[in-house]
Amino acid sequence: MSMSQLELDPVTAPVSPPRRAGRRARTSVFWLALPLAVTAVAVFVLPLTGLLPDGGQDLDATRRPPAFLSGGSWAHPLGTDKLGQDLLTQFVSAGRLTIVIGLVGALVAIGPGTLLGLLAGYFRGWVDRVISILIDAQLALPFILVALAIIANRGSSLPVLFLVLALTGWAVCARVTRAATMAIRERQFVVGLRAAGASEPRIVFRHILPNLAGTIVALGTLQVGTAILVESALSFLGLGVVPPMNSWGSMLASGQDELSQAWWIAFFPGLAITVLVLLVNLLGDALLTHHDPRKRRR
Amino acid sequence: MKASTVRRVGGRLASLFASLLIALSLAFLLGRLSGDPTATILGPMAPPEQREALRHELGLDLPVVVQYLDYLKGVFTGDLGQSLQFYQSNTSMIADRLPFTLQLVGAGMALALLVGIPLGVLAATREGTWWDRGASTLALLGQSVPVFWFGMMLVVLFAVKLGWLPAGQSGSPKHLILPALTMSVYPMAHIARLTRASMSDALAEPYIDSARARGISTRRVVWRHAFTNAMMPILTIVVLQTGILLSGAVAVEYVYSWPGLGQLALQAIQFRDFPLVQAIVVFGALVFVLLNLLVDVLHSIVDPRVR
Repeated sequence: MSMSQLELDPVTAPVSPPRRAGRRARTSVFWLALPLAVTAVAVFVLPLTGLLPDGGQDLDATRRPPAFLSGGSWAHPLGTDKLGQDLLTQFVSAGRLTIVIGLVGALVAIGPGTLLGLLAGYFRGWVDRVISILIDAQLALPFILVALAIIANRGSSLPVLFLVLALTGWAVCARVTRAATMAIRERQFVVGLRAAGASEPRIVFRHILPNLAGTIVALGTLQVGTAILVESALSFLGLGVVPPMNSWGSMLASGQDELSQAWWIAFFPGLAITVLVLLVNLLGDALLTHHDPRKRRR
Repeated sequence: MKASTVRRVGGRLASLFASLLIALSLAFLLGRLSGDPTATILGPMAPPEQREALRHELGLDLPVVVQYLDYLKGVFTGDLGQSLQFYQSNTSMIADRLPFTLQLVGAGMALALLVGIPLGVLAATREGTWWDRGASTLALLGQSVPVFWFGMMLVVLFAVKLGWLPAGQSGSPKHLILPALTMSVYPMAHIARLTRASMSDALAEPYIDSARARGISTRRVVWRHAFTNAMMPILTIVVLQTGILLSGAVAVEYVYSWPGLGQLALQAIQFRDFPLVQAIVVFGALVFVLLNLLVDVLHSIVDPRVR
């Protein structure tokens, strides 16, 4: 791999794909990333435009259905909740937190996971044995119960939530990185570097890590989806994001008691999570295929 | 048995045991992190002497190492301690709730297999067509939807709007339909995706071409030749998913007020009943490790090459 390729953006840097297939993969990555980027920009920019309805309480307009159902009006495009607060305004601000949690949640899992996977895969021996047993132990613990237990002890806050997301995600990342590192470590250029007397940290971080960039980005993308789903489940159980903060998951929680009277309170945030995670997963799959030569041949 | 087999099985058992031991230690630590349980039981206003007496009764005044060894001994003799809120043995409470969760997991897994395998085979045999794209997207959708939300929407549709099925609780087979359907979504998607990948690998093997060349019907080639060879990863994931479902039932049981292990875990957490939380986590870890062992055994039965 030449230096110029290494300097490319890891998302688009091809290892050396057949040209047509590479271009096709890149187009699909683009069309999947576009709606995600638009959503992310929208939830951050919309509140600044002043187009959103006022989010305050209005006890004369409680549990209004969305505009396209009978009884709804465009004053509240997604309807209102039991206090008459506008749901679109809530939906946008909740989306902001959901996206931030997804991104940060993925980073905190990917960071330690990749590092441990790299060490285990490169050094093998007892380092590998210890890390592998830790991975297996983590995967053996029923994670949702562990998450609940930690949160019940430490209280619900964003740092605790990120700790839980790191704990639930690192093991899978470590396992994949370990396997990929083990494959790269036997390649000619690594053998050559070692023979030339390059230091081990230099080999690991300057030469092996860049080769894993594609896989790590793909893993991280999939992890964003996982983080959003885990957050929504925890918030739904009242143990993730709690008032006054609001995420799509916590909107679902507040909608659960209203299911028989106002199903739309829970409907739209859930739909949004599904679409967002689906896009993220499709993007992750596309990136993974793009970086897995075995799959790319198909 | 050959010496190499003994060594391989022994190594596998040893590493499983090491994982279990670490998981158990983490669960113990998790229990200790919960703070002073005497404050929970007696309330914050209790006099110190009374607290001291209770600490003695619960064995909390012993050195941590002794407590840890007692705990390990308990785990391996089936004694998972006493609940703080129910004043009952945790083992018996888990045993009471387990059948409900098993019902849910069993029905959900059966449904997942019934739909997931044909879906995956359909996608693999028509690789690259719109059938494949449709089935694959549907499977990915199943992995993207928050399952409890799917459950809530099923309640809105079938219980609130149409009134066909009950919205919660347990009792009749009718009560099982919606929760089982909800439970099945994630494993169904997982099984479909894995079946597709595994089948498409198997169908690319030379023996498939040779079977086709001998004029064997497509159906027989797909199911007898390819599927039996693609089965192992599917079997593995079914067993492991069952373990995950056992502990992942929390949100589904919450939506349907289903009286299973998940509900018990939530109650335990809400009341800071740390021995019960710990017991359920330990139970989950034990089940997971045993299922892992089962996978290894199944491997050697189904695939003669592993023996």
